[in-house]
Amino acid sequence: MRIGVACPYSWDVPGGVQQHIRDLTETLIELGHDVSVIAPADDDKPLPDYVVAAGKAVPVPYNGSVARLAFGPLSVSRVRRWVKEGNFDVLHVHEPTVPSLSLLACWVAAGPIVATVHTAMPRSRVLLAAQPVLRSALEKIDGRIAVSEAARTTLVEHLGGDAVLIPNGVATRRYRHADPLTGWPGTGGAIGFLGRMDEPRKGLSVLLRAFEILAPRRENLRLLIAGPGDADEQSLKLPPELRQRALFLGEVTEEDKVRVLHSVDVFCSPNTGGESFGIVTAEAMAAGVPIVASDIDAFHKVLRGGSAGELFATGDAEALAAAAARLLDDPARRAELSVAALAAVASYDWEVVARDVVSVYETVVLGRATVGVAQ
Amino acid sequence: MIWTFIVIALFALLLFVVFVSWRAGRLDRLHNRVEAARTALDLAMVRRSSAASELASSGLLDPANSLLLASAVRRAKDADAAERDLAESDLTRALRATFSQPGLRSELDGQDGATELLAEVDAAAHQVFIARKFYNDVAARTIDARRRPLARVFRLSGNAPQPEFFEMDDSIAEDDGARTV
Repeated sequence: MRIGVACPYSWDVPGGVQQHIRDLTETLIELGHDVSVIAPADDDKPLPDYVVAAGKAVPVPYNGSVARLAFGPLSVSRVRRWVKEGNFDVLHVHEPTVPSLSLLACWVAAGPIVATVHTAMPRSRVLLAAQPVLRSALEKIDGRIAVSEAARTTLVEHLGGDAVLIPNGVATRRYRHADPLTGWPGTGGAIGFLGRMDEPRKGLSVLLRAFEILAPRRENLRLLIAGPGDADEQSLKLPPELRQRALFLGEVTEEDKVRVLHSVDVFCSPNTGGESFGIVTAEAMAAGVPIVASDIDAFHKVLRGGSAGELFATGDAEALAAAAARLLDDPARRAELSVAALAAVASYDWEVVARDVVSVYETVVLGRATVGVAQ
Repeated sequence: MIWTFIVIALFALLLFVVFVSWRAGRLDRLHNRVEAARTALDLAMVRRSSAASELASSGLLDPANSLLLASAVRRAKDADAAERDLAESDLTRALRATFSQPGLRSELDGQDGATELLAEVDAAAHQVFIARKFYNDVAARTIDARRRPLARVFRLSGNAPQPEFFEMDDSIAEDDGARTV
């Protein structure tokens, strides 16, 4: 099939949605489909063959944090041209309620459209207020996919109707083996974190507080932290004597991300919310790292209610410290969790997921013409 | 002799009392002006929100841009006193992002009502800029006056709360200062 995929967030910035689109697209291509992705991206940055740049994304405040989105006349005309020239059998938009390319693609296109909703949000008054604007664009969607039960609930509340639940995929093969970073994990214990450092919902500050609790009695315990954001700003949250023991890598390549996962004894997902699946947590599972995660719905589910990783009370640094301490002191338990995590994550592999997505495509294209420009 | 001294002392006391009450009156007027300036600032921000909201629902912008603006307006309207500055700054950034889109002007040029709407958003945003400057100016003078030893010793400000500066990002123009509207 010829599939057009719209991505709302900047291709150059790592993020769960972008990663999802990349992995799904590459798996679909492996399965023999023809896929083109339109995404906000700088024209001069190297992009994979299957990505079409829709111009630079603008950092704007949205829903309480800053997102890099694409809108405006230039984006509209690029999306329109992409739809016109793509001759797609089906258009697949991601996060259509985010004010960016996916919404624009829905707006300009006519034909079979599939939408995937990733994020769980509380019923938002914002969407209610702007509903007339959204409605005409979103009404064109023929098939909806939600990546989690929480996301499905959000979608049903916002748009009505129902959605197929297809969880995120994990490129498990890619995470299974990697060399640890030089000198890691060491013998004194190492705890890892991956994610935006300055996004409060990722919960880095909870981990830093837990580290403060753990550090005095574990002289060689270290933190390994990777992800975009201002490392110096985060490091200053630690007392001066501990700063040496926390390594902030900043943004890392995909390859180094896998190495980071293999460089720690315990991986921590301290998110306080806003996560609908927890792709990073699942990747850590695929690497076989024992996991300590906050007890939000998404992690509860992916970690099989705690049997594939330790859960602690969300936002509670002391509970995190206690859970991490238990794991650090118990190699047998760590090995057990590692095996359980690998087994649990196998059902999320991308090939399984991509086949489910294709059957959604096949359903919406039945008896329909290809995707064209509206009006 | 002693009477002369007493008369001089009483006269000095009288002068002092007059001076203190004059200072108290000045502080009172300053507090009133702070309140008035704050009301003007609030009104300017409401006007800006309404203009942005109208632009969002005008159909002149694409749905993504409309949604972005509408959500910023909603946040600004819903914000409580503690978050007002942040929410208003976010609205500024949403407006700035809207107006910095290449081709926006030529796209809107000649469309029904576009010129008036853009002019209203621009005027309202500029009013916020001015009102905030004036508010912070009188707030600064009031804070300064309250800090004087005389004002502190005699509690000349009474129960009037200490004014707070209103800090926000209020420039909807691009960095070079050129108006994009």
